[in-house]
Amino acid sequence: MSLRRLFRSPEAVAGFVILGLLGAMALTAPLLFPGDPLAIAGQPLLRPFQDWALPLGTDRLGRDVLAGLFHGARTSLAVGLAAAAASILVGSVVGTVAGFAGGLVDEVLMRITDAFQTVPGFLLSLALVSVVGPSLSVVVAAIALSAWTGPARIARAEVLSIRERDYVASARVIGMHPIEIAFREVLPNALPPVLALSSVIVAAAILTEAALSFLGLGDPNRVTWGGMIAEGRAVLRSAPFLSVIPGIALVFSVLGVYLAGEGVVESTAAREGQA
Amino acid sequence: MSVILEARNIVRDYHVPGSFLKKAKTVHAVKGVSFSVEKGKTLAIVGESGCGKSTLGRILTLIDPATSGDLLIEGKKIDIAKGDLTPEMRRKVQIVFQNPYGSLNPRQKIGDILTEPLVINTKTPADERRDRAMTLLKKVGLEEKHYNRYPHMFSGGQRQRIAIARALMLNPKLLVLDEPVSALDLSVQAQVLNLLADLQDEFQLTYVFISHDLSVVRYIADEVMVMYFGEAVEYGSRDEVFADPKHSYTKTLFAATPRADVESIRARLAKKKAA
Ligand SMILES: Nc1ncnc2c1ncn2[C@@H]1O[C@H](COP(=O)(O)OP(=O)(O)OP(=O)(O)O)[C@@H](O)[C@H]1O
Ligand SMILES: [Mg+2]
Repeated sequence: MSLRRLFRSPEAVAGFVILGLLGAMALTAPLLFPGDPLAIAGQPLLRPFQDWALPLGTDRLGRDVLAGLFHGARTSLAVGLAAAAASILVGSVVGTVAGFAGGLVDEVLMRITDAFQTVPGFLLSLALVSVVGPSLSVVVAAIALSAWTGPARIARAEVLSIRERDYVASARVIGMHPIEIAFREVLPNALPPVLALSSVIVAAAILTEAALSFLGLGDPNRVTWGGMIAEGRAVLRSAPFLSVIPGIALVFSVLGVYLAGEGVVESTAAREGQA
Repeated sequence: MSVILEARNIVRDYHVPGSFLKKAKTVHAVKGVSFSVEKGKTLAIVGESGCGKSTLGRILTLIDPATSGDLLIEGKKIDIAKGDLTPEMRRKVQIVFQNPYGSLNPRQKIGDILTEPLVINTKTPADERRDRAMTLLKKVGLEEKHYNRYPHMFSGGQRQRIAIARALMLNPKLLVLDEPVSALDLSVQAQVLNLLADLQDEFQLTYVFISHDLSVVRYIADEVMVMYFGEAVEYGSRDEVFADPKHSYTKTLFAATPRADVESIRARLAKKKAA
C-alpha cells in the first residue's frame, strides 16, 4: 500500500495521529503510572490543574483521573482489537465454510448468521456477560458474539466467486484436500474485503465495552473509560469533568480508529483502481 | 499403440436450482460423448461457445464427476464419485486452463505453485522438488530467477508457461489443454503452441486440446472431434474431418473461418472482381 497516498488525506493523518497517541498511552501506562490505578492517590474530588502531581484531578474516592485515562486506553484498545480479531476469525471461517461447502451446510450456517444478526448486538453481549460474569475475556467474547456476522457474510460472498476460479480447480487436479483448498487457496484471497471491516468493528467494540462498563458489567479489576463515566455520573453537577474527560477520550478513540481505517481502505482502493 | 484415455458415453447434466421466480431446470451440457486417444497423439475438441467443451475437459481431468458414462485411463475405469482416486491416478492427468490470469493463485510464489503438486502427491524431499521446478521453469522458457516471484509480475504468455510447467511437475501421461492460447496475442500463441509441440515430443505426452480456432486445430491435432450442443457430431482423423466434413454444423463452421492459404485468397479476390 502506498504510504504517500495514505498520508495525503488529512482525515487519515488525523486518524493515525489519534491512534498513535492512544497506542502510546496504552503502552506507557504501566511505566508512567506504575501503581494500581484503582488505588487512592490523593484527596477526593480534586479538580483538574490544581495539583501538578495529579494534573487531571481525582474522582470521588480520590483516584488519579489521568492514571485512569492511561490505563483505560489499555483496556479499550485491548478489548477493541481482541474483539475485532475474534469476530473476523470466526466470521471468515464460518463464511468460508458456508460458501465453499454450499448446499445444506451453507443453508444452516447462514440461517444461524441471520439469527445472530436479527438480535440486537448489545442485548446479546449484555446477556452473555450477565450470565457468565464480567471479566475481560468474557467481555471480548460477548462483543465478538454479535460482531462476527458481518465478516461471515462478506467472506461468504467473496468465497462464492473465488471458488469458481481456475486456480481452485487446479488445486483439485493436484489432489489437494477440500479443507486445505478452502483455507489455503480460497480464504486468503477472500480476506481483503473482510479486513476492510476491521476498523468499524474495533470502533464498535470500544463503544460496546464502554457501554457494558457503564452499566457495571465491565471487568471490575480494570479501569475502563465506561466505568469512569459511570463513576462520575453521581457527581455530574458538581464535578462534570469526571465524566467529560473519559467521554472525550472515548469519542476521539472511536473517531481515530474510524478515520485511520477509512484512509487505509481508500488508499488500497485507489491503488487497485490504478493497477 | 496403447490407448491412454477412453471415454464411453459421457453425460453431464447441470441442475440449476430454481428460485422464487424461476423454475429449476436441467442443462444437458454433455450428451453421451465417446472417444479414445492414443499415446503421444493429440485429440482436438472443437465447437462453439457453450457446447460443453470445458465441461468435458473438467470431467477428463477428474475435477467434476460425469453424470453417467465411463472414463478409462490406461484401461482402468475411474469414478471419482466413488472416491477411489489414488494419487497415482491423479498424477496421470493434468490440465492447463484458458485464462492465465485466473489459473494461478495470486498469493502464492511461482516456486510454491510449482512444487505444491509434489508436496501433495509424493514424498520428494524439498531440494529435489526445487530442482525439478527449476528444470521445468527452464524447459518452458522461463528463468530460475522467476522462482521467487508472484504471478502478477508476469505477462499472460509467461503465466501460461508457468501453468504448463505446473501441469508437468507430476510427469503426467495426459494433458487437457482448455483453450490454452485463445487468451494470448497471436505472436505469443505461436510460441506457446510450439512449446507444447516440443514438450509433447520430449515427454511423449498425450493431449486433449480444446479450441474453437480451426487454424490452431489444423496445426496441432491428429484427431478432431467437433461438438455441437453437447453432442459429438464429427469424429475422425484431422485430414478426414478437414477434407470431408459430414455434419452440416461442421460445414458451416469451416465455411465461417476465413482461410489464409494462397489459393483461397486468390479465390476470394476473383470473386470480388467478378462482382
Ligand atoms: N456450473 C454450471 N452450472 C450450470 N450450468 C453450467 C455450469 N457450467 C457450465 N454450464 C452450462 O453448460 C454448458 C456448457 O458449458 P461449457 O463451459 O462446457 O462450454 P464451453 O464449450 O467450454 O464454452 P466456451 O467455449 O465458452 O468456453 C453451457 O450451456 C453452460 O451454461
Ligand atoms: Mg470453455
